[in-house]
Amino acid sequence: MSVPMETPISFTNVGRTKWWQRGIFASQTGYVLAALVVLMIIMHFASPYFFTQGNMQNVAKNFSFIAIATLGITFVIITGGIDLSVGSMMCFSAMITSMVMVELSAPGSPFVHMAADGKTVLANVPGLILVISVLAGLGAALVVGLVNGFCIAMLGLSPFVTTLGMLSIVRGLAYVVSNGRGSFPGGPDADYFYALTSGDVLGVPAPFIYLVILAAVMAVVLHHSSFGRHVFALGGNEKAAELTGISVVRVKIEVYVICALAAGLQGIIISGWLGSAPANMATSYELNVIAAAVIGGANLAGGIGGPLGAIVGCVLLEVIRNGLVLAQVNSYWQQTLVGVIIILAVLVDRIRSRMT
Amino acid sequence: MTTTQASGQPVLQLTGIGKEFGAIRALHGVDMHVMPGEVVGLMGDNGAGKSTLVKIIAGNFRPTHGEIRFDGNAVHFHRPIDARAVGIEVVYQDLALADNLTAAANVFLGRELKRKYGPISLLDHKAMASRALELFGELRSETRPHDLVKQMSGGQRQAVAIARTRLSNAKLVMMDEPTAAISVRQVEQVLSLIHRLKEQGVAVMLISHRMPDVFAVCDRVVVMRRGEKRADKPIANTSPEEVTALITGAKEAA
Repeated sequence: MSVPMETPISFTNVGRTKWWQRGIFASQTGYVLAALVVLMIIMHFASPYFFTQGNMQNVAKNFSFIAIATLGITFVIITGGIDLSVGSMMCFSAMITSMVMVELSAPGSPFVHMAADGKTVLANVPGLILVISVLAGLGAALVVGLVNGFCIAMLGLSPFVTTLGMLSIVRGLAYVVSNGRGSFPGGPDADYFYALTSGDVLGVPAPFIYLVILAAVMAVVLHHSSFGRHVFALGGNEKAAELTGISVVRVKIEVYVICALAAGLQGIIISGWLGSAPANMATSYELNVIAAAVIGGANLAGGIGGPLGAIVGCVLLEVIRNGLVLAQVNSYWQQTLVGVIIILAVLVDRIRSRMT
Repeated sequence: MTTTQASGQPVLQLTGIGKEFGAIRALHGVDMHVMPGEVVGLMGDNGAGKSTLVKIIAGNFRPTHGEIRFDGNAVHFHRPIDARAVGIEVVYQDLALADNLTAAANVFLGRELKRKYGPISLLDHKAMASRALELFGELRSETRPHDLVKQMSGGQRQAVAIARTRLSNAKLVMMDEPTAAISVRQVEQVLSLIHRLKEQGVAVMLISHRMPDVFAVCDRVVVMRRGEKRADKPIANTSPEEVTALITGAKEAA
């Protein structure tokens, strides 16, 4: 089938793109990362507390609290979609997890037995209750993700409207199941739960470790698997993706499921840190998550984004918040500044792409 | 592949193909065939039914009436991938490229080469890049596999789209206006590629508005007008003037 080449191909007319105009150097992620480094250096000189171990742990923990969900929504944003139900999803998953945990830990449940004093319950198999309740929370997220994906990919509804509706539905369900009161993780496995969500390993907060692992997995999936390739293709040219035989419907459903699962996991982790899953938990977090993704370079028009950008966006938001606190600036300024940064980041990207 | 040419069996045979979109009759009673190694020009004005016909053959639409036989077997395509599976490749007019991906990624889109690492299989970037470079070499296109399609010229994009059809052992390649938006030199390249496909026994269907291109490479020309086939003639027995008359309706049929 292949035709022998008469002469090897030469590139007389087509130059190679310069290294600083390729890859990360030419991306929004690249210069937002540079801005972040500059900001951290300024912070170091502005406040002696910034680079202390305690503060760094704090920063790492705080940005990890939205970063996992940001990784998830980055998948959706790369395909050119959006998921507004992230905040509600965090709350609902956390609530289901802690309610199942409490339910399974009640006296009389087959998963527990009474201690000698007749009051304290002990787990029959340590950790089993925790595993089941976390799976229940993630299961709820899976269902919501499937419904989102079904409505968007199969029924062809707009992602914005579908997930806006889902934002309300899921938040409503969280109020319904808890009767508006919220829920507290409890029972014999609660200690494991707190250790796994708000504990740390050698001074590194647990959520940060999950984040690093998930980001690494995401990088491999996005850039070295055919699924990741199809996610980018969908965002670049959905019609082309369809014509080349990619199952667009399947990829779309998958990204919404991934996003919902990431949000669910994020919610479970946050509830461990809070010690409870109140019904108004993570309200409007979807905006922080989307803001972080966009600042980090994910393009809402689709086709661009990645785990590094998601994390850089989250870190930048947290460093600014932290910096304003350390600088004793009125913390109400934070939100205003975040808005300015979103617009600045996108503006700089626009100017850069006009210049080249 | 030359053996099929000798057998004289058409690679594609359409019988009585019709397509209705609601009350609109886009195609009516189209019969045609394409032999292996034959280059057939499909001509017609906008709205004549060319694109609908191509989309039916490519598996985008299902015909309302009629039968498609490919390589002697009756086929029913539900999706484009079904058509691709039997050996039909299409180069779309808008090229169907993802701008944000590299040339190599676009060539292999939907059929990436993978390597197994234990239970997981990951993309084999190196193999895809070198195969893509080979294909671009065959097409004489100065296209780097690692460059983003976004940064490419019209001719390079065309090369990427055509390279895609060369990956598989396609028996029929349909090209929708491949020479519409590229330079003179690149038109020459595309036409010479069509000759190369022909030499290997690959049937080519060229959908084009450009009369000189059709007369340069085609063996036979099929003219569509108002959803019907009006002419099907060897190129030697017709002239650009006659084809123009058939397209515009100045001459009803030939």
